[in-house]
Amino acid sequence: MECLIGIQGKDFVLVATDTVSARSVVAMKDDHDKMYKLSDSLLMAVCGEAGDSIQFSEYIAKNVQLYKMKNGYELSTHAAANFTRRNMAESLRSPRSHLVNLLIAGYDNEQGPSLYFLDYLASLNKLPFAIHGYGSLFALSIMDKYYQKDLDFDGAKDLLMKCINEIQKRFIVNLGKFRLRIVDKNGIQDKGTIAPQPIIAA
Amino acid sequence: MSILAYNGAAIMAMKGKNCVAIAADRRFGIQGQTVSMDFDKIFEMGPHLYLGLPGLATDVQTVLQRLKFRLNMYELRENRRIKPKTFMSMVSNLLYEKRFGPYFIEPVIAGLDPKTGEPYIASMDLIGCPMETNDFVVSGTCSEQMYGMCESLWEPDLGPDDLFETISQALMNAFDRDAVSGWGAVVYIIEKDKVTKKFLKTRQD
Repeated sequence: MECLIGIQGKDFVLVATDTVSARSVVAMKDDHDKMYKLSDSLLMAVCGEAGDSIQFSEYIAKNVQLYKMKNGYELSTHAAANFTRRNMAESLRSPRSHLVNLLIAGYDNEQGPSLYFLDYLASLNKLPFAIHGYGSLFALSIMDKYYQKDLDFDGAKDLLMKCINEIQKRFIVNLGKFRLRIVDKNGIQDKGTIAPQPIIAA
Repeated sequence: MSILAYNGAAIMAMKGKNCVAIAADRRFGIQGQTVSMDFDKIFEMGPHLYLGLPGLATDVQTVLQRLKFRLNMYELRENRRIKPKTFMSMVSNLLYEKRFGPYFIEPVIAGLDPKTGEPYIASMDLIGCPMETNDFVVSGTCSEQMYGMCESLWEPDLGPDDLFETISQALMNAFDRDAVSGWGAVVYIIEKDKVTKKFLKTRQD
């Protein structure tokens, strides 16, 4: 039911997640933050099994920090994504694996912005845009039609709005507002929350 | 549905005259949903040695990394390039180690002997049972269609250009009848003194 959206733009990556914390059929919270800061310019969005998402993402976040302290430099986005993948792949064949879906967004000076899609089986893909959850059934086609490379922030936000509105309109579950963050050369920036436009009956 | 068909893939390899070809589709999907159309399934393991890994995408990535490590250790220890047949045993051994909890991939190997230039192709099942042939090998979600196409198009002693045409047509017309593979293809033609990599634009449905 959860929804993570990532869009890579010209010199940034935009990440949006829904803010509902659900237990069974009850929405317990409507301002839940599903994003984790791995480092100054690495952001991870998580959804899936509730306990696993926190346990796993904190484990990854702390190890990325440890790497920086040990070596004096940070992991690149590519390296962090592969580190995360390996941990997931190893846990996959253990008695209790982590069942989480991830988006990893980052910016480094050599590679620029990049977005990685990691599913709960630990398949890693570098993509220009990515969606986890049921929202993908409605919004991926919108992305296919309207995504362009070299989008600026306003362009990416417009595209995101199109996706969120479609999800609101066609999905029976109300995902409420979405939290927005971008990762660019200045690091991670909060862009507040956006709510889908109300549907006006014809 | 089988976990081997969860992400979808189609890979084949063919022998020619002093050359071999290996080709794969480019789709990464999650069951019916296509996520990416530039997913790598064929990997360079040496100047004349290529490995195709169709099956569960997570195991494609895991097996590739573990195999690359073993291959590097072998070549450092022996101080020479691995022979395709030896490499096949290495893959087979790695897969059989997980006999009772296997990696869900069915690899295809294509290469030329580093000394003699003798063409070599092989495939194996997910627990590493090898199969070496003198014509072609196929593996993936549309293996029936691929067998049909290869059986009718392939002939002995094809030159590199004819082999490219044959493998491309065989692969394309096979995966166009499969819902979970396709969305572009890549073909490698391996000759003694050069390797040609070509991308095919194919149907996007």
